[in-house]
Amino acid sequence: MNHPGVYLHWGVIQISLANLVVIGLMIAVFIIALFVPFPGRKR
Amino acid sequence: MSAPTGNRMWTARLRNRAVAALPPEQLLPDRQPAYVSSWIYVFGVLTLAALLIVLTSGAVLALEGPQWYHGSPVGHFVNSLHLWSVELFFFTMVIHLWGKFFMAAWRGKRALTWVTGAVAFLGSIATAFTGYLVQSNFDSQWISTQAKDGLNSVGVGAWFNVLNYGQMLLFHVVLFPLVLGVLVVWHVLLVRRRGVVPPFADREQADPEPEPGAPQPSTVEVGS
Repeated sequence: MNHPGVYLHWGVIQISLANLVVIGLMIAVFIIALFVPFPGRKR
Repeated sequence: MSAPTGNRMWTARLRNRAVAALPPEQLLPDRQPAYVSSWIYVFGVLTLAALLIVLTSGAVLALEGPQWYHGSPVGHFVNSLHLWSVELFFFTMVIHLWGKFFMAAWRGKRALTWVTGAVAFLGSIATAFTGYLVQSNFDSQWISTQAKDGLNSVGVGAWFNVLNYGQMLLFHVVLFPLVLGVLVVWHVLLVRRRGVVPPFADREQADPEPEPGAPQPSTVEVGS
């Protein structure tokens, strides 16, 4: 924790690597939640 | 002297109105529509569970004080629990928001449910922001001085001062949790009252306001 964070730059966009990882994880979990079958679901 | 009849007492009238507005069988249903058997429907309750941990750990931090949570191992643990439960709260809330946005959850007279959720989301950001301001470290110093310029630029700087530690601490531990608590309870009651929004395929079945207690076309036992 005792060092500067890693930041990514893309034109005017600047985001910390940690925030980018969290956003990526949220998108991944969102997609998984849509497609993974719910236990006990009868179709 | 005869006892007053129930409908003449204000407590009875209040209870009758509350029961009519929020029938107990809707508040704690034992059956849900079959379409909620999807992982995307669990993120609302996950958000609530995370919020419960946030409030509990925050109450312990407030009771014990900064010397405890900065200076003892258990204090460090509860402090970290507060931070990481907030991270989990936002993580699950954003996925809940995306899910409800893409299923247009304001359909079927659920606009107020959507609005209370959206305002609660914005209120959560304000609460988390004041939390970062009261860490009393260089992060909070940096965040408050940057935010001060941003807030002044949009003209709200006269209402509060993010550099005022005492004001931000009271906002964080009293004012915002109270407002957020009211919004969340209101949101959950509306979800119970209006029911969980159906997928688009079932729209014709769901748009009319169902009569209280009316059976759903297809339901599953909760927890089955």
